[in-house]
Amino acid sequence: MSITIEKNKAERKPGLRTEEMVLNMGPQHPSTHGVLRLELELEGEIIINAIPHIGYLHRCFEKHAEAMNYSQVIPYTDRMDYLASMYNEFGYAIAVEKLLGIQVPERVEYIRVIMGELQRIASHLVALGTYAVDIGAFTPFLFCFRDREKILSLFEQTCGARLLYNYIWVGGLSHDLHPDFVNQTNEFIKYFRPKIKELNDLLTKNKIFIDRTANVGVLPLDVAINYGISGPNLRGSGFKWDIRKDDPYSVYNKFDFDIPVGEGLMGKVGDCWDRYYVRILEMEESLKIIEQAVNNLPEGDVTSAIPKRIKPPVGQVYSRVENPRGELGYFIISDGSINPFRVKVKGPSFVHLGVLNEILKGHMIADVIAILGSIDIVLGEVDR
Amino acid sequence: MIYDFFFKLTGSNFLADVIQSLLPLFIFILPFALFAVLFERKVSAHMQDRLGPMRVGYHGILQTIADILKLIQKEDIIPTLADKPLFNIAPVLVFAGSYAAFAAIPFSSAFIGSNIDLGVIFIIAASGFVVAGILMAGWSSNNKYSLLGAMRSAAQIISYEIPTVLVVLSIIMITGTTNLLTLSEMQTGHFWNWMIFGGPQMGLAKFIFIPIMIINFVIIYISTLAEVNRTPFDIPEAESELVSGYHTEYSGMKFAMFFLSEYANMFAVSAIVTALFLGGYQSPVGYLGNLFGAHWLIPIEQFFWFTAKGIFFVFVQMWLRWTLPRLRVDQLMALCWKYLIPIAFVNLLIIGLITVL
Amino acid sequence: MKTTEEIFTILKNNFGDAILELVTSQPVEHFIKVNPIEINKVCLFLRENEELLFDSLMNLSGVDDANGQKSADEDGTQIISGGTLSVFYHLESTKLRHKLTLKVSTDREKPEVASVESTWRHADWHEREAYDLLGIIFLNHPDLRRILMPYDWDAGYPLRKDYKNPEFYQGMKVPY
Repeated sequence: MSITIEKNKAERKPGLRTEEMVLNMGPQHPSTHGVLRLELELEGEIIINAIPHIGYLHRCFEKHAEAMNYSQVIPYTDRMDYLASMYNEFGYAIAVEKLLGIQVPERVEYIRVIMGELQRIASHLVALGTYAVDIGAFTPFLFCFRDREKILSLFEQTCGARLLYNYIWVGGLSHDLHPDFVNQTNEFIKYFRPKIKELNDLLTKNKIFIDRTANVGVLPLDVAINYGISGPNLRGSGFKWDIRKDDPYSVYNKFDFDIPVGEGLMGKVGDCWDRYYVRILEMEESLKIIEQAVNNLPEGDVTSAIPKRIKPPVGQVYSRVENPRGELGYFIISDGSINPFRVKVKGPSFVHLGVLNEILKGHMIADVIAILGSIDIVLGEVDR
Repeated sequence: MIYDFFFKLTGSNFLADVIQSLLPLFIFILPFALFAVLFERKVSAHMQDRLGPMRVGYHGILQTIADILKLIQKEDIIPTLADKPLFNIAPVLVFAGSYAAFAAIPFSSAFIGSNIDLGVIFIIAASGFVVAGILMAGWSSNNKYSLLGAMRSAAQIISYEIPTVLVVLSIIMITGTTNLLTLSEMQTGHFWNWMIFGGPQMGLAKFIFIPIMIINFVIIYISTLAEVNRTPFDIPEAESELVSGYHTEYSGMKFAMFFLSEYANMFAVSAIVTALFLGGYQSPVGYLGNLFGAHWLIPIEQFFWFTAKGIFFVFVQMWLRWTLPRLRVDQLMALCWKYLIPIAFVNLLIIGLITVL
Repeated sequence: MKTTEEIFTILKNNFGDAILELVTSQPVEHFIKVNPIEINKVCLFLRENEELLFDSLMNLSGVDDANGQKSADEDGTQIISGGTLSVFYHLESTKLRHKLTLKVSTDREKPEVASVESTWRHADWHEREAYDLLGIIFLNHPDLRRILMPYDWDAGYPLRKDYKNPEFYQGMKVPY
């Protein structure tokens, strides 16, 4: 990074000289979505360099995990990506199950998928809503939160918690579903489909919104892959890649759904609008999956396969799932004891933040917000 | 009329002047700001599927008063490295600028703060005064966000004054007066005599004027919206980018003054638009006072019509704010310089040609 | 699609001694051990080779193997001397749909690994993280600073198995 600054200085013509202004955006800033500090070097309002500083929420999850046994780690995974807690547990449970080599009952898999997809919708609603606020529209934000509330109520009914669930355990689930869950989920699907259209009318097709997001923050596909970008951001760049399809886990191969990709409808492929729109389309796909899963829910016991004592053999596993934000990977090394020897989390937000400097250069301050919002990071997971 | 009344009451020119100049502040601006803040919160809440303030008084009607009490009690924080004199003057200056604009606004045929001949020009000049205050606030806060907000604000207000003035100019060319009272009187009768429908004249010219005046009306509405920094042009405040722009560092009553002047400004620009295009205080359909032969009723009715029209436009401003996202600085400037100003110029040219012929 | 065994043969033919061994003794995942100083060349080859095309680095994780001499100091804290630190690379080809795990092990006292940042920019922050938490030095990394811990943290590397919390940081008491 220091090399680029030197180059910029050398290119400047002699004579009248101006200095860049260094603007610290964050850690306390309404639009950094948490405690992120961006050090922006500005010329007027144009950004010539942006350096993210992270770690303000660092709790050293990985060190904690080494001191606990396998099932005690689950509540800690909740607290990483606190907007997608279900999926964090899901990913962790799958990784440990691979290590143990156990098979879970089909009902458990179905419920996990339902919960995961509901969580995906809830998480995308927060992403889209806060993105609207970043762009300056307040109303869509509250509409999104109104709908997310319904999902949180479903979660609350299922496991008693609204944000940090501790619901998906290694080998099973903590509780079975509420008897009325299927009904209520079907009602939610019926309620939510028109709301996506409402959001489209209010925000997606708005001229000002398109002006603000189309052709802004274009992330080319080769750069995206090289930076390890995944999830909606990678699909926004036009690459049909989804771990649910390309490296299926759980029972995802039993459902019929599409993978939406950015097509550059309003501008170049991979701009902020594409990333935003992919999330909107993904919500509809998630609804499809939930609908299929909820109506074909197998009977069975959800706690039967939970091992009494989790003591995996010596070995290691890298297991990944498609979190709402992208590829969430757990790398677990077991030394044969009841505590994991090493747990490394590859969080999508951490990875996505790394590409920020690449796409910010040459944009204006207002675009920093638009771009940061469109890559949708959760600082709890960046800092872990 | 009001002036004569106070002159008789107090027997002194000076006291009558003072009372008359304070009158808009106490009978209008303060109550209006109190009302508008609550109104905005309720409007936004109902647009967003929620209720808004509900606790203080019936449906929260006393919420703003509670807020004001809170703001008065708050500690007045001045940043250590701030430029103290400028930091203290700035909110006063901003408020004075928006207050001064009220002096020339004709609330009814009986009540205008000061019936100056250059009314329109005075209001534009006075609202331009606000820029100085905003720049001062941004500079003296010694905060980069404030400074950026102030620079944006200055650029924005000055740019958007051009289309405003061009439209005002075209009105002046048609009517031949800059006195707002005269302008309002000219639009008397029914709503088809309003300037937006081509003004009081009849015949072919009126039909040519109608589309032009409607376009002019849209231009002036957009540019006044930008001048008072409301969404979609609220980039100087832009809370998601610049925290809250030039008044980030202000607290307590100084913040309240910025807040108050924002709502005062909202009404001021709506009032200008009303006075220029929508007949000012004239009723669209006739007066009850004429119907019943009670002529003292007419100024009160006029006051009602004027505030009703003004508040309607304030409502539209709120409506837009809670619906639209925010533009970016360059897009904002492009809108002004590439679209509004050329169209305003063309309109001015056509109106000039027609009035000469 | 290629299995780890096939890739091992290809690498062995091209790099010889830099490729140390193929580990298949553990369940679930097999991996190839590589010389830490040559890892950047191996990775560039893996990305560029037509048959392999590993265009994506899924994950890079540093591990403290804790396999050295263990002793305890006076207040019972474990001290490890000798042994190794390791880095695991999980690679994937989005075009050919195959995966590969590489492992490098480096001396705990002088942990130096060649950086693969120039091959996958993704490795940039992961290598900084491994440096921050385990103290592994990545040679030729353009910007090797601490990333999660404070820049002026001087009490060692938290993920090492013998890490001990300092009493104070900047005058603030750490164990609270």
